[in-house]
Amino acid sequence: MGQGERQMLEKNVNFVEAALKEYYFNNFELIHVSSRTSEREFGYQKFNSGMVRHITIKNDKDLHFLLMTQMPSDVYCSNGYYSFPNLPMSEKDWKEADLIFDIDAKDLKLACRKDHTCFKCNSCQNVNEQSSKCVKCNSDKFDVISVNCQNCINEAKKEVKKLVQVLTEDLAINEEKILVYFSGNEGFHIHVINSEYQSLDSRERADLADYIMFNGVIPETMGISRQNNSKTSLPDIGERGWRGRVAREIFGSKSKRPKIIQEILLGGYSNFQSRLEEMRQKIGVRIDPKVTMDIHRIFRLGGSINSKSGLSKISCNNLESFDPFSDACVLGDEKVEILANCPISFILKNKKYGPYVSETISVPKHAAVYMICKGLADVPQDSEN
Amino acid sequence: MLQLGIKELAKYPFLAETGDYLRDKGFNLEQLSDPDWKPVVEKAYGRIVVATTGQIYGGDLENPDLEILSFVIAIILLKSAGISTLNRRFSLAEARRAERYLEQGLNALQKDRSILENLKLKEESIQSSLKIIQDQFSIRVKMEDDRLKISIADYLRRAAHFNEREWKLVNRRVENGYVYLSSHEIVRLVRKELDVYINSKIQSVRVSFIPETFRERVEDLVLLAKKFTTTVIVSSDYPPCVKHAIEVMDRGENLPHSGRFMLATYLLAKGQTIEQITPLFKNAPDYNERITKYQLEHIAGSSGKATKYSCPSCEKLKSENLCFAIPECDGIINPVQFGTRRKTNA
Ligand code: SF4
Ligand SMILES: [Zn+2]
Ligand SMILES: [Zn+2]
Repeated sequence: MGQGERQMLEKNVNFVEAALKEYYFNNFELIHVSSRTSEREFGYQKFNSGMVRHITIKNDKDLHFLLMTQMPSDVYCSNGYYSFPNLPMSEKDWKEADLIFDIDAKDLKLACRKDHTCFKCNSCQNVNEQSSKCVKCNSDKFDVISVNCQNCINEAKKEVKKLVQVLTEDLAINEEKILVYFSGNEGFHIHVINSEYQSLDSRERADLADYIMFNGVIPETMGISRQNNSKTSLPDIGERGWRGRVAREIFGSKSKRPKIIQEILLGGYSNFQSRLEEMRQKIGVRIDPKVTMDIHRIFRLGGSINSKSGLSKISCNNLESFDPFSDACVLGDEKVEILANCPISFILKNKKYGPYVSETISVPKHAAVYMICKGLADVPQDSEN
Repeated sequence: MLQLGIKELAKYPFLAETGDYLRDKGFNLEQLSDPDWKPVVEKAYGRIVVATTGQIYGGDLENPDLEILSFVIAIILLKSAGISTLNRRFSLAEARRAERYLEQGLNALQKDRSILENLKLKEESIQSSLKIIQDQFSIRVKMEDDRLKISIADYLRRAAHFNEREWKLVNRRVENGYVYLSSHEIVRLVRKELDVYINSKIQSVRVSFIPETFRERVEDLVLLAKKFTTTVIVSSDYPPCVKHAIEVMDRGENLPHSGRFMLATYLLAKGQTIEQITPLFKNAPDYNERITKYQLEHIAGSSGKATKYSCPSCEKLKSENLCFAIPECDGIINPVQFGTRRKTNA
């Protein structure tokens, strides 16, 4: 949340709102309401203000009208389908909901994270490279700001691939029903539409999420019990589902199998249990379970701009070749001047930016919006727009 | 629609087909007043008594008419007595009885059918199991090389509401949209629905008049019910570990000492009194009111040495296999904190 709650200066708000409006206005053909529109709840946010929820939007035209008149910072649409989407939650009459997944590079906690994270002081707004205390004013309250990172995105992509594999192989969800989007910031959103899992409630989805994350597995499932273990009940690399994945993880090649089995049987129950726990980090899919178990969530609308970055929540047709920092970077290219204070560098549309130390720079609009949204730049005093 | 044979109906007399059967045979309530029917009334009464003790009525499929009629009369007796505890216990016991037959039917499906002797009967029992599971609970049981499977969604709709870890989907064999289960497990999944279904059947029966010959047994039932007047209310705000403990106690199964300790300390911490808690332990196989009360007083610190015990931590309970954490348990370290922290939604 941290970043989203930060107040934005009015001159910055005006600049970003104008940039978003311009983009939407020129690209109406890319901005659509979700399917089964009349059954969905929509919501939006404006800069520096709260969420407006429980509204209905009839069609693309109404959506475009909202984008032009309200100039929202972010637009959301429910994964749930309701009889009365615009009534309060208790009266909506929930029917079913798409399965949704959020894979966020932040949750992967990779080693590279510290290299593209900085800390903005809450009292003096100075941007620090470390979080012990502000070099300007000694305060120790910060907003954590991270900029994009190729490594993080590559790792997040791996999680998406693991997820799609579990969804198609284990849950038998047809690949056509799985829609993969870049989240518009540091991860991916996966929507599964029209599956036989639509009617599951929150608790049932929580267990499904645990399955996908390989959470809560007991050694017995892999054929190890507290007593009398034999090698015959251990999983085989040819098996499907988690048993197969675990087998491929621990046995690797056929030749090593007898030796490893010996080790496992000798090691006993609790050793194997901790082994499974370690494995979960690696083979489990790192989704955010809170998102998946939420059947009333309003989730960022595909095609809309994410105000944490100015990047678009864009659909990725080919995950392998997808480059979010070019493909989702959709705002204008014309040069604008900003006052940047950005101690770390980042790449957009194959061009490297930063580091900048309180300097006025002239950069393409998409990079300007990116830095302003991140809180790493301001519109200069005398030039609004 | 497949018509059940009379033997099958005797296994599942709560099905709507029983109505057709009675009509076909031309039975009516007046007829039942005849003293000739006394033995059937006695059998019906016995069926209820067995149920109230938590046992499962065995029955006699060689005499299907008697089986079906004694069930029908049992319901009339229960309706006349009008005591919901009895209805509940009866429907639970009848559900358990039906479970056995459902399981037998599924088992027969798994075996090689050609070597079975009484092929036709086996076939009927298979078909009725499959049909009941599909019609009443909308689960399609499929077979793949001797293994039974149901769809993941059908599985989750039930199993996700169980607390035990082995029911988590991750601890099941899952392939290509299906969960592979034993016949016993499939039947276990529908236990609750079966119970609810039979109970609702009892609710829906209307009895216009009670034959004279029934009166005595109805009065006996009212007396019998006095024994079971305390019922336990399970609040939905309780954490899963506490709910689980209450369920185990309520089913009359054995809960280890550590589980009872947790239950007592939790409820005491929530402000319940010893008098309110004691009845919870009534169904335990080794229940003794005096000892239970003494133990509770000890835990509450109101007798002897005044040490007041507090509820064990989640970590402790986890190590004792008494924890059944759900996402709402995130961030708490003791069950008493459950539900007191609001979760923030991004
Ligand atoms: S986490 Fe704590 S409260 Fe939740 S089930 Fe486990 S022991 Fe109970
Ligand atoms: Zn400062
Ligand atoms: Zn990174």
